[in-house]
Amino acid sequence: MVERVPPHAAQPRSRLRVLLASGAAALGLAAASVVPGVPLGAASPQQAQAADSGRTTLTVAVAQSVDSLSPFLAQKLMSTSLTRLMYDFLTNYDAKDNHAIPGLATKWEPSADKLTWTYTIRSNSKWSDGQQATAEDAAWTFNKIMTDEAAGQANGSFVTNFKKVTAPSPTKLVIELKEPQATMAALDVPIVPKHLWDKVGDFSKFNNDTKFPIVGNGPFILTDYKVDQYVKLKANKDFWRGSPKFDEVVFKTYKDQDAAVAALRKGEVSFVAGSPALTPAQANSLKGEKNIKVNEGPGRRFFALATNPGAQTKDGKKFGNGNKALLDLKVRQALFLSIDRDTLIDKVFQGHAVNGAGYIPPRFPAYKWEPSADQKLGYDPAKAAKLLDQAGYKLKGDQRVGKDGKPLDLRILCHATDPNDKAIGKYLKEWWGKLGIGLKVDCLDDVSVPWYAGEYDLAFDGWSVNPDPDFVLGIHTCAALPVKAKESATTDDFICDKTYDELYKKQLAEYDPAKRADIVKQMQSWLYDSGYMNVIAYPNAVEAYRTDQIKSITTMPEAAGNIYGQDGYWSWWSAVPAGSGDGTDSDSGSSSTGVVIGIVVVVVVLAGGGFLLMRRRRTTADDRE
Amino acid sequence: MTADSTPALVKQADADTEGPAPAGPAAARGPRARNTKAYLRYVAAKILGAAVSLFAVLVTSFFLFRLIPSDPVKQMTGGRPISAEQLQSLRHQFGLDQPMWRQFTSYVGDALTGDLGTSYQFHAPVMDKIVEALPATLLLTGTAYVLYSALGIWLGTRTAWRNGSTSDRFNTALALTLYSVPSFWLGLLLIIVFSVGIGPIPGMFPTGGLESGNETGFAYVLDVAHHMVLPVITLVAVGYAQTLLVMRSSLLDEMGSDYLTTARAKGLRDDAVRRKHAVPNAMLPTFTLMFVNLGHVVAGQILVETVFSWPGLGGLFYQGLSVPDLPLVQGLFFVFATAVILANTLADVLYPLLDPRVGR
Repeated sequence: MVERVPPHAAQPRSRLRVLLASGAAALGLAAASVVPGVPLGAASPQQAQAADSGRTTLTVAVAQSVDSLSPFLAQKLMSTSLTRLMYDFLTNYDAKDNHAIPGLATKWEPSADKLTWTYTIRSNSKWSDGQQATAEDAAWTFNKIMTDEAAGQANGSFVTNFKKVTAPSPTKLVIELKEPQATMAALDVPIVPKHLWDKVGDFSKFNNDTKFPIVGNGPFILTDYKVDQYVKLKANKDFWRGSPKFDEVVFKTYKDQDAAVAALRKGEVSFVAGSPALTPAQANSLKGEKNIKVNEGPGRRFFALATNPGAQTKDGKKFGNGNKALLDLKVRQALFLSIDRDTLIDKVFQGHAVNGAGYIPPRFPAYKWEPSADQKLGYDPAKAAKLLDQAGYKLKGDQRVGKDGKPLDLRILCHATDPNDKAIGKYLKEWWGKLGIGLKVDCLDDVSVPWYAGEYDLAFDGWSVNPDPDFVLGIHTCAALPVKAKESATTDDFICDKTYDELYKKQLAEYDPAKRADIVKQMQSWLYDSGYMNVIAYPNAVEAYRTDQIKSITTMPEAAGNIYGQDGYWSWWSAVPAGSGDGTDSDSGSSSTGVVIGIVVVVVVLAGGGFLLMRRRRTTADDRE
Repeated sequence: MTADSTPALVKQADADTEGPAPAGPAAARGPRARNTKAYLRYVAAKILGAAVSLFAVLVTSFFLFRLIPSDPVKQMTGGRPISAEQLQSLRHQFGLDQPMWRQFTSYVGDALTGDLGTSYQFHAPVMDKIVEALPATLLLTGTAYVLYSALGIWLGTRTAWRNGSTSDRFNTALALTLYSVPSFWLGLLLIIVFSVGIGPIPGMFPTGGLESGNETGFAYVLDVAHHMVLPVITLVAVGYAQTLLVMRSSLLDEMGSDYLTTARAKGLRDDAVRRKHAVPNAMLPTFTLMFVNLGHVVAGQILVETVFSWPGLGGLFYQGLSVPDLPLVQGLFFVFATAVILANTLADVLYPLLDPRVGR
């Protein structure tokens, strides 16, 4: 039989085939919805719970991947946070006010000459393989960092002033110093078990990720890790401070922040933090959602503007091309006087930040400093204009022109990845433009190259501050300057001043906390007056968690602080499961059943669809005969 | 390269057979031997060309990423207490204190022995990191590749055969629309609609990752399949259009041909004319496209892998670039380029077997 069908006409039979295929697809989709074991239309908060019945799991969405599980190599915040959970440190920070409290060491005291510190190591801390944690472990850890260059990659800065570390007894650790050092209760170094780690050959290549569970003595034991997927930790029931309330904590990688927020909304994760904060849009969208609490605490970062004070090497060799006008304090102050911080906090940070002044964020009350009334550089464009006049930059038309006849045009380095930098850049352009100053906003993915080459006039600056302020203060000392021009160094923006350096040395050698805090405040006052940098704001830490999974959790500061990235392990150690004790995880069995049923349905539907298509094809072949 | 070669095939319209024309009567030994020799010469030339390209890529990859103005050491340690000695030690360990020419020669020398260096940030051989992430990428983009190629060919054939019909117009417009949609945006949309759920649509699929981490055995396989649904749909949705359009246009070119009229005239059903005569001829440009796309399977899809937190090569490349982790990014770039070059070479080598005029 021969049939002739016009080639361009749609065929009724094909329509049937499309219908069949669509039906199969729709059925497949519906069937697949059964796969997770959650009935259609139901939310799935239990997904964040553990697979084993009765076990409670807290799932945290994280954006960063783990660079290394070796505490000797780990640099990223994600990894260092993990080592805090896996290993005990000598000391910890109190969740209330950040003061040093016992960790692996129960007490610590300096000698009269300030050069020897003796730590008493607790006798109730055990490694998870059953062996006792002793002072010998701590001494071995520090000695390894001091003597092996590869082992000093992550924590070498803590031991640069160490002369000798010994363990005269299992409960006594002695550290001898070259110079007095007030930061001896802030040694954020994970102590590892010597009996396992002394078998490691090359520390630069050992990532501690081959054998699980990893032996530790922290509040959690790391049990499983899959690159860029998850890290699992189980509660250490023998932890000397007490066992965590959740049986398991899982850090799940979400490379996209919006996807992480969606996972929280769905209940797949219990907690999501921003990097460093949820965006105002994300926070607003989560506010008012059922079973979700948006937590906003004082951030540990400051957001500042830095000027180029003249790039130089340690031996005073000048380099770079910073605008000479900024060497004049009056010009720098004029710039800062014409910034309306309230507008920036309201419009750019959308209220999720606090007006800035001192170098150390108010989150650390012991070191909090504020300028006096006559010192303060508030928003005063008129005064700014006067200062510019006094500095010799008169207004010619709508431009400020220097004595050399050149207009005052500046550049500011901005981080292309930070939308706040870009937005604030626009405001600065407008405000400084009104004063007659030109501004070019240079947004780069990595600003470090022009910064360390000294090829900038101003830059958006910001640091995350630790409970001990030594490091962020140290980056402005002359010792932090580079040895060679354009080489990256520990300096932040080439500040080198005798007064500041003396104050820095003084605070480091001052063992009385109150007196030390006073010196730190003097340093902040000097930084403010010098006008080399100006702190604009302290962005808040904005994060969210599911209240149907987490009943309570300790923030830091405890009164109203943040959860993720704390100094210590308080958040995950203290978290209490919602409905704890009521067997929240009853769905694991049904999950597997659901998966099997779902897949069976999909297979049946696909096989059926395929059979129908085959049959139809065979029919046409028969027709042809 | 065959990327631009889209020759029309010898028309096949043998009235006595429905299949492609047979090879013909056994050719004399002489011409066949000559043909084999010519083919081998052709293959050798292509392989040599590929080897030269690979070496060029190796050299380019070294300099390309050094054009990025960045300080890897400072980026990696940013925000952490770090001493000047540590900075110096890291720079030394990474070999960044060496002159450029020495870095280059040791890179090329090592690469020729299969060593792509050690990742700055992961303290592990680059090859290990690539081998670790490769299966996830192959699984995701490979599955998507098969699906979007099949869908593109099938729909391309349908739309061309019914040129001008409503379904043709609809399908072409839909394909062009999806082709223009940014993949990360579509991915996020799918997450919101099908993972979280909107209105009556329930949250059916996971929001990201390759597995939930609790399953073993067959349940693990199902779990991974479940995690793959949305990223695969995203890749297929934005990827099938290209195949569809190429298939459609090349089939349209064929449709006016005399050999199809002959086929119809001898009484073949329209379905058979399409499947056995028109489609095989129209497949050649699509075949080329599929091989080009095959090379990209390895490169992964950076944006889709990021949105769905897929632990593959795309995500790894993104992480490498953010530092920049020079050994990692140049190693990945080399592997990506190698995959494309190999796929193209394979296409070149196979092409003469499909179209005897090529390679002579």
